[in-house]
Amino acid sequence: MLETFQNLGLGFSVALAPGVLWYGFIGCLVGTLVGVLPGVGPLAGISLLLPVTYGLDATRALVMLAGIYYGAMYGGSTTSILMRIPGEAASVMTCIDGYAMARKGRAGPALTIAAVGSYVAGTVSVIALMFLAPPLAAFALRFGPPEYFSLLLLGLLVLAYMNTGSMLRGLAMAALGLLLGMIGIDQMSGYFRFAYGVTELGDGIGVVPVAVGLFGLAEILLTAGQEQPPDVIRPRLRDLLPSRQELREAHLPIWRGTGLGFLIGIIPGSAHVISTFVSYALERKVSKRPEEFGKGAVAGVAGPESANNAATSGAFVPMLALGVPGAPVAALLLAAMMVHGVTPGPLLIQQDPRLFWGFIASMYVGNVILLILNLPLVGLFVNVLRVPYPVLYPIVLVCSILGVYAVNRSLVDVWIMLAMGVLGYVLRKLDFETAPIVLGLVLAPMMELSLRQSLAMSAGNYAIFVTRPISVVLLALGLVLVVLALRPLLSRTLDWRSRLAVDT
Amino acid sequence: MTVDRVAGLALGLIGLVAVVESRAFPLGSLHRPGPAFTPMLLALLLILCGAAVFAMGAGGRRLAEVGWHEWRHAVAIFGACAFAAWGLERLGYRLTMAAVVAFLLLVVERKGWALGLGLTVAVPWGSFYLFDTLLHVPLPRGPFGL
Repeated sequence: MLETFQNLGLGFSVALAPGVLWYGFIGCLVGTLVGVLPGVGPLAGISLLLPVTYGLDATRALVMLAGIYYGAMYGGSTTSILMRIPGEAASVMTCIDGYAMARKGRAGPALTIAAVGSYVAGTVSVIALMFLAPPLAAFALRFGPPEYFSLLLLGLLVLAYMNTGSMLRGLAMAALGLLLGMIGIDQMSGYFRFAYGVTELGDGIGVVPVAVGLFGLAEILLTAGQEQPPDVIRPRLRDLLPSRQELREAHLPIWRGTGLGFLIGIIPGSAHVISTFVSYALERKVSKRPEEFGKGAVAGVAGPESANNAATSGAFVPMLALGVPGAPVAALLLAAMMVHGVTPGPLLIQQDPRLFWGFIASMYVGNVILLILNLPLVGLFVNVLRVPYPVLYPIVLVCSILGVYAVNRSLVDVWIMLAMGVLGYVLRKLDFETAPIVLGLVLAPMMELSLRQSLAMSAGNYAIFVTRPISVVLLALGLVLVVLALRPLLSRTLDWRSRLAVDT
Repeated sequence: MTVDRVAGLALGLIGLVAVVESRAFPLGSLHRPGPAFTPMLLALLLILCGAAVFAMGAGGRRLAEVGWHEWRHAVAIFGACAFAAWGLERLGYRLTMAAVVAFLLLVVERKGWALGLGLTVAVPWGSFYLFDTLLHVPLPRGPFGL
């Protein structure tokens, strides 16, 4: 315990250094703008701004990128509440009751509750991350290739299961992502697979062009042709304070959302999006007045917003402790760490304590910055939404192309982004989720390598996966998920995920 | 034809192509997998998923019900991006992006000349100054160093 606090002290000495603090502030500011802008979510935002960090050292770069991540989580609530447009996917649930509150003249309190809930959740989950990541990293030293393979497999199954559509569709998208991850040089044999003479594909398809294509470009292709932007409700600063009754109603949902979000965020493969759905369903279930949900229930804003931010920190646990990305954004951050020469995983805490603890401390600082930024500057952020989309999207498009090109100075990446944009556009039209593709792409080389290393260790005996205790537990959990997903099919009953659906 | 049926067929087709292409590499054996082993396994998983989506997709939304009303915009934006990919290293960053922004604002969105031309200059030159000059992210230059 004492050691943890000493380490945190070291972290704060790093995070509060003017240079690092400045980049944390810039990250939070840009992240909030990214969250506010419809269609430019944290994935696209981090992808676009990754090249900006190339000139920085690893600590500053990571602090800035993490600031963008949780800034986008905060910012997403603003458009949800004021315009009923989710700035990013995790804000969908906030739209329902947040916008209903705004229509009733309670936009200010809704924004304050969202910001305070996000602050509490962010801070509490960073404390949890601080205590959980080091022991988990120590435990992860016992992980060999079979355990990693089982963990990655479980992660993909969780992602597919938690998909807002069917598990089958999620699994199909994950398989597509994994297949894309097979492109490039095979690490075990040195064969150049599926490259068709394009030498730039030797290292495989990059996660940045795929993420920007699937999320950024596809969103522009879908949205640019649409008519009339919706009205923007503008709250005044003096209207921001919630009433005592509203604070009472928000209190417990914030704590429930925090606990739930953090736990869901930790599970590799599960996105923070699902934490908001589960939190909303939970609040509706425990509410004494469930009929108010959808009509401006305070708990419908407080719970999902807290869960969303807690899950953001939770997703950092497997990323920092195991080197396994828990979500597509974590996959991008992982890629960013590698670009800066940092190897994430169990040894990171020992090898680079300044970076690890500086990163943790910067999250405390980031939460305070965001609380200060979000409330007084809400009017400023709302003004960004007044820029008509037909003017905004060409600028976003230029930034997308620039961001993708600058990563490797490769036109092949730009063409990949274009292909992924079209794929994302078509898949979104056909109601397929595209996030599993990104995660599959990142996990594919890790999964293949750990599978083949495991078989090399056991002289080709697959029993290695079921004879090692950690591996067998992880595989059993995966099996439970498959059975749960198949149950409604066999018994012809709806499962809990269907009951989460709400009329929007 | 329903959306799920079309998607199932497409997924199956992608899987099939991957199976055929994987044959170019040694498959190895179940106990000693070669470089084609995992791609083949994943391609088969994709075919299986595609078949299941197809089989269970009889009662879903019909493809004709999917609205494609924004397709003209989408094609124009895609065309602009393709031009950018073609021109970036031939014409340089600033000229290429200026052409892209001008096309999108003036031709596709039919915005006023003042706004269109203003952004046509400001966005490419501004982003070039920020990234290339200030942040030292090298961007391609075209004729006359532009």
